[in-house]
Amino acid sequence: MAAPERIRSSRRAPGEILLEAEGVTFGYGRTPVLEDVSLRVRAGEFVALVGPNGSGKSTLLKVLLGSLSPWSGSVRLLGESPGRIDRARVGYVPQRPTLESEVPATVEEIVLAGRLARRGWWRPLRREDREFVRHALESVGLDELRRTPLNELSGGQQQRAFIARAFATEPDLLLLDEPIAGVDAESQRRFRDSLAHLIAEHGAGVLLVSHELSAVAPDLDRVVVLKQRVIFDGPPAELAASGVSLGVHREDLPLWLEGLR
Amino acid sequence: MPWPLPYPFELAFMQRALIAGVVVGVFAPMIGTFVVQKRMSLIGDGIGHLAFAGVGAGLVAGGGLALGVWPVWGALAFAVVGALGIEWLRARRAASGDLALALFFYSGIAGGVVLAGLGGGLNAGLLIYLFGQPLTVTSEEIAIICGLGVAIVVTMLVLRRALFAIVTDEDWARVAGLPVGALNAVLAISIAVSVVAAMRIVGVLLIAAMMVLPVASGQALARSFRGTMWWSVGIGVASVVTGLAASRIWGLAPGGTIVLIAAGCFAVVTLLRRGAAFRLRAGGAEL
Repeated sequence: MAAPERIRSSRRAPGEILLEAEGVTFGYGRTPVLEDVSLRVRAGEFVALVGPNGSGKSTLLKVLLGSLSPWSGSVRLLGESPGRIDRARVGYVPQRPTLESEVPATVEEIVLAGRLARRGWWRPLRREDREFVRHALESVGLDELRRTPLNELSGGQQQRAFIARAFATEPDLLLLDEPIAGVDAESQRRFRDSLAHLIAEHGAGVLLVSHELSAVAPDLDRVVVLKQRVIFDGPPAELAASGVSLGVHREDLPLWLEGLR
Repeated sequence: MPWPLPYPFELAFMQRALIAGVVVGVFAPMIGTFVVQKRMSLIGDGIGHLAFAGVGAGLVAGGGLALGVWPVWGALAFAVVGALGIEWLRARRAASGDLALALFFYSGIAGGVVLAGLGGGLNAGLLIYLFGQPLTVTSEEIAIICGLGVAIVVTMLVLRRALFAIVTDEDWARVAGLPVGALNAVLAISIAVSVVAAMRIVGVLLIAAMMVLPVASGQALARSFRGTMWWSVGIGVASVVTGLAASRIWGLAPGGTIVLIAAGCFAVVTLLRRGAAFRLRAGGAEL
């Protein structure tokens, strides 16, 4: 099925810097968690952020999203400070195994919330918005389950619904926090396809925080290894040359990263 | 001149009760759908107790008259300020949701008793605010209930998608740029207004039940958020109509009867669902 015209066209010039962190230092209390972290994600680029447990990945993501203010250094999202950007241009898939919902909510209702963020929360949704939602659901392979309550889906299917919600905002930049932790193989394949689609068809940039990178390893442009500071930033092949392979060490990647200097 | 309705709604006071009750039966479950999804099912109770303190303050201001505008305005002021206070505490994680509620809950009931005592209203007149008395509702009170009810329903319908987004996944909504603080404040004020609008029908001690019990049944019957909302409204209205009829026929306390019927609906729905699931399993076993 054809995507809506605005989805098909890429909005950002390839190579344009979408996310730029320069010398970010942050901590909780007096304890530094991030030290002098610099990071860039460009349009059309697929970057993975990895590191041992407790290395500051989720904290860095919060700083990048503007939820936490750095002690020093700066963050620019789409050329602006995080507090000034059009939020819907930055898609976010939070770290969560499932959404515990009291009231049944369908997959479509969840994904429509993404359109609300894009369109303006006070505006009524139109037929065009439903087209975007349908396209987002198709791209993650959930179109046939759109009327199914979210709490009847598997963890992997739920994650795909959250990814579709992020897609529905037409993001130029997508940030994902451990989106495929414990997810079945079929969902991992769908996940990889949908990210490839977002990058190739829409020219978006993607920053993926995850330990399970074997499914997406062939598509990655760069891997950034964080251990309080950035200790590696380059293509997966260079990381493999330094002794850590995303494929070979996929079961215990955090442990292998622990030994990386 | 009453409308030509059949027994037990043939009398003017029953028709006034019916109008006011149906309005409450619509807006209380509607707002309750968001409250339950937000996991703050007891917020109506907490705000109800604060409204009771407001009734007490109104009695002091109004010279001890249990009926009149002072207790209503007092309840509205206390409920709105209290609802915003609970939301403020919850949003800043200064206290967990239920602890924030408990703080206001107990302060409200204690303040209400002290203030009502000061106002000389610690008597039977206060019971109509505690447990409701739709059969004595006046035309002016119907106008207030309908006006507030329409305002709540319009607010919920216009903002339903945005409210759904924040009550379902507040962290994501914040990152996505939705005005989470403002929408939470609108929801808190709407809950406070609902409590005051429904105070004369089911009472401050039972209003939370009308927000939660129909939703408990609705979520068991529906497979979507939208469906849950409309099922809940249907069950809320049915509970009010049946409860008023039963109270007239058997001389029961109307507020409590309405709530008991809503609770009975939940029991029936739960049993029917369990029966259906059992039959499904039995059918599967035969196959």
